[in-house]
Amino acid sequence: MQTVSARPGGVEKLTPGLAERVVSLLDRRLAVILPLPAIVVMLVLMGYPFVNTLLLSIQQVDLTLTRSVFVGTDNFRKVLFEDERFRNSVFVTVYFSMASVTLELVFGMAMALVLNREFRGLGLIRTLFLLPLVATPTATSVTWMIMMEPSIGVLNYLLEILGLPPSLWIAGPTTVIPSLVMVNVWHGVPFVMLILLAGLRSLPKEPFESALIDGASKVQVFVHITLPLLRPSIVVALLFRTIDTLKVFDAIWIMTRGGPGRASETLHVYSYLTAFEFYDLGYGSAVILAFMGIILAISLVWMKVRQRSWI
Amino acid sequence: MKRLLHEPMSRTTARRIENVVSGLILTLALIAFLFLFFWMFISSFKPNLLITRYPPAWAFSPTLEHYVQVFRQNPFLVYMSNSLIIALSSVGVSLAIGLPAAYSIVKYKQGPLALALLVIRMLPGISFMIPLFILYKRLGLLDTHPGIIVTHVLTVLPLITWVMLGFFEDVPGELEDAALIDGCSQLGAFTRVVIPLSVPGITAAAILSYIASWNNFIFVLILGGPKTMTLPLAVYGFLAYGQVDWGALSAAATIVTVPVLILALAVQRYLAGGLTMGAVKG
Repeated sequence: MQTVSARPGGVEKLTPGLAERVVSLLDRRLAVILPLPAIVVMLVLMGYPFVNTLLLSIQQVDLTLTRSVFVGTDNFRKVLFEDERFRNSVFVTVYFSMASVTLELVFGMAMALVLNREFRGLGLIRTLFLLPLVATPTATSVTWMIMMEPSIGVLNYLLEILGLPPSLWIAGPTTVIPSLVMVNVWHGVPFVMLILLAGLRSLPKEPFESALIDGASKVQVFVHITLPLLRPSIVVALLFRTIDTLKVFDAIWIMTRGGPGRASETLHVYSYLTAFEFYDLGYGSAVILAFMGIILAISLVWMKVRQRSWI
Repeated sequence: MKRLLHEPMSRTTARRIENVVSGLILTLALIAFLFLFFWMFISSFKPNLLITRYPPAWAFSPTLEHYVQVFRQNPFLVYMSNSLIIALSSVGVSLAIGLPAAYSIVKYKQGPLALALLVIRMLPGISFMIPLFILYKRLGLLDTHPGIIVTHVLTVLPLITWVMLGFFEDVPGELEDAALIDGCSQLGAFTRVVIPLSVPGITAAAILSYIASWNNFIFVLILGGPKTMTLPLAVYGFLAYGQVDWGALSAAATIVTVPVLILALAVQRYLAGGLTMGAVKG
């Protein structure tokens, strides 16, 4: 089909120079050219490993990586139905994540409400609250370890001051998850606070004004107006934090390596162990795919909730 | 009517009480959230004799012995330069690739591309490590800078692109249109109008992703080695030698953390918006 190029009457140059032709060619294909490098990088860095993980997951690969046997769906059957350790890691992950995210929501909401006002130094205070979110997890994890040391750590000293019994923290099989939850909540509350604060700032003023005129109490306003209006922000904060909490690796690996016993062996830790400590690469691939499946399912929910019009 | 007349006074007292209460909560929360940094710093300056004392010592004459020890016993400067090289390169590469992609996503409404980048952000670090490990082993890329940088691009690229989406959306379309009418090409409008206008956003995105790369642990843990050891891995290494030296450990932790805290304070204004990465516009 012939494209009719309608030139406005005022244009005099009928034979554009080479440079101009190149530019206009680029311009017409810009929607492809601009994102092309990113697309190539993603296909190579994601596509190749993903296909390979799929292929590996149906094989038994030996330690030297030289020989492998096709085993079909055996790995997946073992992961899903026979592997006690996998089941344990799912349980640990769910426990750790649900406790973390619930507490983060409560504290994050409280912080957002407190910060949702105008006062001098708000910017600086907000930034100070964000430091746990940006600080290097390795460094903060080792500091938590120092503070949680059962015999001479400062946290047990603080408990003693408050008249509470000392804790074993990450050394105790029942206290290890609550301790790691504390670390994760410390890290995650700033994020929840940020999202909810942005949500609060964008709420319309009118419902609050009319509620005040009607003589509603602060609690009533919060429950019946703030919470429902804030719902989208809450969902976004919850889903982001759920995914990031399911993925936590650095803190747990550094502080407990999944121990004591298997008390803090999350899915991410178990994936790492099977693949890179036991070097069972075929089976490890199946474990990782199961782990990815769980994360992607939750991400899909998040995308449904997203509001950007073109997604 | 009467009630309304009394309202302003009772309201101001109520507000005053509320201010005091929320000020108290804020102070307590700040102490709770920042205590760890305080403890990290003071432990790194605590003399060895006091560091394992119980109850913990709060006042002491500071010493630099742990810092001296950290630098003397380990090639910490090499680790620092590894961290620096890897972070700067991965951010540079990701900016070159991510800025055009982000602009294109906004300009041509390429939602699926944004979505694909988001999926990478959602996936755990270990997802693609097994095939990369095997590939790297075959190609001799294990424990090499280029090999590590490539994996860091995987985390940094989605971050930069998503942070920039918000900033590019905020560039007024009229300015671009004006450039086009003046005979500028679309590409020219991007490089000569949109990019210069977005410099603050680009700076913020670059610094945030620099921090993300600087903090990364798992990629170097799996694909790195002595030649590519970064600061987080070096800190982790202090735990491995049986008896843990608390002073040196906190000194090492402080060395890793301080640059991040300084960068975070430097981009204060954009930190909030950048960290939520497209989750909210802010």
